[in-house]
Amino acid sequence: MDIRVDGLTKIFTKARTPPFVALDDVDLACGGGEIVALVGPSGCGKTTLLNVIAGLTEPTSGHVTVDGVAVTGPGPERGVIFQQYALFPWMTVRENVEFGLRLRGVRRSQLRGVVDHYLELVGLGDFPDTLPKELSGGMKQRCAIARAYAVQPVVMLMDEPFGALDAMTRVTLQEQLLDTWGQERTTIMFITHDVDEAVYLARRVVVMASNPGRITKIIDVDLPYPRTQETRLSEAFVASRATVWREVWRPMVGGEAL
Amino acid sequence: MLTRLNRLPMLAYYVATIALGFALWSILARLVGNGLLPPPETVARAFRSEYERGAFIDDIVASVRRVTLGFVIGVTAAIPFGFAMGWYRWGRGLLEPWVQFFRTIPALALIPLYVIAFGIGEFPKVLVISVATFLPTVVATYQGVLDVDGTLINAARVLGANDGTIFRRVVVPSSLPFILVGARISLGAAWGTLVAAELIAASSGLGYLVQRSALYFEVPSIFVAIITIGFIGLAMDRAVALVHRKATHWQERR
Ligand SMILES: Nc1ncnc2c1ncn2[C@@H]1O[C@H](COP(=O)(O)OP(=O)(O)O)[C@@H](O)[C@H]1O
Ligand SMILES: [Mg+2]
Repeated sequence: MDIRVDGLTKIFTKARTPPFVALDDVDLACGGGEIVALVGPSGCGKTTLLNVIAGLTEPTSGHVTVDGVAVTGPGPERGVIFQQYALFPWMTVRENVEFGLRLRGVRRSQLRGVVDHYLELVGLGDFPDTLPKELSGGMKQRCAIARAYAVQPVVMLMDEPFGALDAMTRVTLQEQLLDTWGQERTTIMFITHDVDEAVYLARRVVVMASNPGRITKIIDVDLPYPRTQETRLSEAFVASRATVWREVWRPMVGGEAL
Repeated sequence: MLTRLNRLPMLAYYVATIALGFALWSILARLVGNGLLPPPETVARAFRSEYERGAFIDDIVASVRRVTLGFVIGVTAAIPFGFAMGWYRWGRGLLEPWVQFFRTIPALALIPLYVIAFGIGEFPKVLVISVATFLPTVVATYQGVLDVDGTLINAARVLGANDGTIFRRVVVPSSLPFILVGARISLGAAWGTLVAAELIAASSGLGYLVQRSALYFEVPSIFVAIITIGFIGLAMDRAVALVHRKATHWQERR
């Protein structure tokens, strides 16, 4: 399963302001069950890129294909996780996870079992009847992850999913995501502004810069999976992180952004 | 002292404020005197004699029926209009000018037209109330749809929802709290226009009771009608508020 982004340009035009180039001729290919992290300063077009791949935003030019098929809108093979969780607040945890399954036509007799499986997977097995307002931020995002995985996408698009969480919760969720990924083997495109997080999770880190939004470098992270907290302390991890940091900072220090 | 006063159960404040109100009313009645502001005990006696007269219960039933009917018709009609305005561009373009226009016209000003068009039966009376309840709910529903979180709509889309599903399962539940707030304001508007509606050749109703009593200068009976309207209105408002609370228990509250 491959995503290919070819010559993607997105220009926002608003009345009385000059056109804004959010993405300028972006090429990217990923797939084969890898985790790719996208890092870059705020406003460099990360969310825009993800939304175009998700089929939520139309590109100005260029195109996105999934296994050779052009993307024209959202599709079941591409799951999306939003930073603001985006749980339906009037639905319980179970109903949230059921939402996509019912649209997929999963039979009632199987629904319960499938939902239970994915709630267990993210550690929410004890909270099926809880409303989102009663969940912590971390639990909300785990519910959103269960909801997205339940419909069995082959690509998971995650937009700063842990950005609003405290450091400890964030580490826990990173570990859990790697666990889930180990079982589900989806390709994951993971946006973050946390270089540590990018290096810890990803096999490749895509560095972006702004004005115009573009990819400046793609860095391989040579750390074997499964990764643990020990991985973070290894020399190889520290070296990779330094490489990514330099790449992220270079254009900013050059006065191009910030 | 003030912090201690803050710790009493809510009911204690309610009882205290009602007692205070009555005391103030008694004092004022004695100061004003000469029949303009009857004291509580005179009004209590008027309650009794109105009740014994027999027509009082009929008045209550007639008014409650008009208010309920007008409210239900007005609110039910308003919801699809509000959704059309919030969800479709054409809906906004075609409907908003009319809604804004009719919002500025007092319900009372239309009464003569209703009488000319529909005579003096029950229909024009209910119509006055329906129109008055229609507008707040339209505006609230419209606002509710505009307020739907775009991220929730995107979340539904990426899970495979089409426009119809998004409308039913995201837009409707998400705007429900707004609609119910609109309904509550509409209920106030319904009671607010009742007396005006019963200006149309009514022969029963609490609004009619106000007018008849005014004609014969029976000030205590005016108070009887006003207090009854207040209490029934309050009870109905509590009922709608309860529905509101039950239907929006999922909302985060500060
Ligand atoms: N709908 C839009 N209309 C106009 N400008 C937009 C719109 N969406 C995003 N932008 C602009 O495009 C740029 C990139 O935004 P975004 O993709 O959200 O960046 P990032 O996620 O990297 O922080 C920002 O400068 C933002 O202001
Ligand atoms: Mg973003």
